[in-house]
Amino acid sequence: MRNITAQAATAAAVPAGSDVAVEVRGVCKMYNEVEALRGIDLDFPAGKLTTLLGPSGCGKTTLLKIIAGLIPATSGEIRVNGQTVTGPGPERAFVFQDFALMPWATVMRNVAFGLELKGMGKDERQSIARKYIAEVGLSGFESKYPHELSGGMRQRVGLARAFAVNADVLLLDEPFSAVDEQNRRKFQEDLLELVEKEKKTFIFVTHSIEEAVYCSDRIVILSRRPGRIAQIIEPEIDRTASPDAIRRDQGYLDTVEEIWQGLKRYVD
Amino acid sequence: MSFPVQANGSSRAVPTSEASFFWRKLSEHRTALWRLASIGLFFLVWEIAGRIPISFAFPTFLETLRAFVTMTLDGSFVAAYAETLQPLVIGIAISAVIGIGLGIVMGLSRFAEWLVAPVFIVLQAAPMAALIPLITFVYGIGLLSKTLAVIMLALPVIVLNGYKAVRNANPSLVAMCYSFQGNLWQRITKIIIPDASPVIFAGLRLGLAAGFIGVILAELLITPTGIGDLITYHRSVANYAEMYAAVVSIILVSTLTLAALEAFELRVLRPEKRKS
Repeated sequence: MRNITAQAATAAAVPAGSDVAVEVRGVCKMYNEVEALRGIDLDFPAGKLTTLLGPSGCGKTTLLKIIAGLIPATSGEIRVNGQTVTGPGPERAFVFQDFALMPWATVMRNVAFGLELKGMGKDERQSIARKYIAEVGLSGFESKYPHELSGGMRQRVGLARAFAVNADVLLLDEPFSAVDEQNRRKFQEDLLELVEKEKKTFIFVTHSIEEAVYCSDRIVILSRRPGRIAQIIEPEIDRTASPDAIRRDQGYLDTVEEIWQGLKRYVD
Repeated sequence: MSFPVQANGSSRAVPTSEASFFWRKLSEHRTALWRLASIGLFFLVWEIAGRIPISFAFPTFLETLRAFVTMTLDGSFVAAYAETLQPLVIGIAISAVIGIGLGIVMGLSRFAEWLVAPVFIVLQAAPMAALIPLITFVYGIGLLSKTLAVIMLALPVIVLNGYKAVRNANPSLVAMCYSFQGNLWQRITKIIIPDASPVIFAGLRLGLAAGFIGVILAELLITPTGIGDLITYHRSVANYAEMYAAVVSIILVSTLTLAALEAFELRVLRPEKRKS
């Protein structure tokens, strides 16, 4: 486990030379009189899974939506692959906390929806969608409707939809919070496999410390409102081990404990 | 309501004897049976009330049924509905097109809402029957007045439902469409309208029901034609069974039309509800 302070992180991130997929520069967000985010400077390394972790109301989802271009920042800017973000773009795809699946459309149409909006032909987009439906483990469910699926399966549809548009950066907003505990564990394991396989940049918002430590290459801990970067941690867990071994690993447990000690003061 | 069928032969798929097969069939159609029982009970109470009798002008169920069958066979219903349905169909068609269009525009634009909504809120609250003599005064007693009566009753509820449905379209789905770079037209046609369609259709059903009220009011208050004429005429010559048969027929036609509209909605717009 590596613990990087906020100041050192911004200093260290610039000359490191490793690819940076998303740069956040001086982002502030005000909701009327309420200050949600203050002066966020952050780099998200390409091909890694970075988690935004923090107490509820710390602005982690707000930051993710600003990166997605769904809501504008009050000041500061976001650059994705060097390009300044002004709205949603094809290089980013969003996975929603409440799945945001169209209840009147089949799994197939939901997964292919991003491609449908781009005007891709039916056969072409369905063959792409079929591939990602298989990748998230939903083969055979193509013609089912969302209400016929469990919460975990619905979020797999949301994930497949984000994969299908072939974006470089995937933004996941508490993707497992509406999924029950057993399904969540399995889903986390599958997600790690997909991170390995797809070589994309993942930015993940969660309020579960265990989930953050288990899944992430890097964890950014935000303080309570106004959200600022409190701590950056790189768990450095050996991911070649089996999922169960990781969950019993001393390094894993120590990291969880340390984050909890840091976050405890924000809990009332 | 049907029970979920276990497809892959699990523990519940025990061999069924003839008797349990019968009971399963029965329970599959249980809702339909209860509905039939409810209607049957109503007819029974009607028959008893007619036999007491509660009023000299109140026919029994069987008398009404006999009148209904006679009037169906001698073609008086066919002739009456040919006239009654004209203003109804024209009026509902105009109300549906204008109403859904206006509702969607109002749901999307605060300015249009500010401009148009108060008019329809007032219209919905106004007792329309009181305005029908006024229509006659301006537009005479022809098809135009009757069509206007239908539109006046049907349009407000269709507009207001459409507008509320569009305004309350699931914000998460709208954000999803935006995040995948859907343009405004795609957002309206692929997300907002399908998401709003159940409430838009609820408005259409209410509008259709109001349209039936409008056309009957017009036929009773403006000029007796069609089914309104049947009711008026049989009342004036004290053929109460025939009068009630005409009333029952309009209830029947309106119920069947509404059910057909609902079936159409499920078939065309919300396939997932049909499957469940």
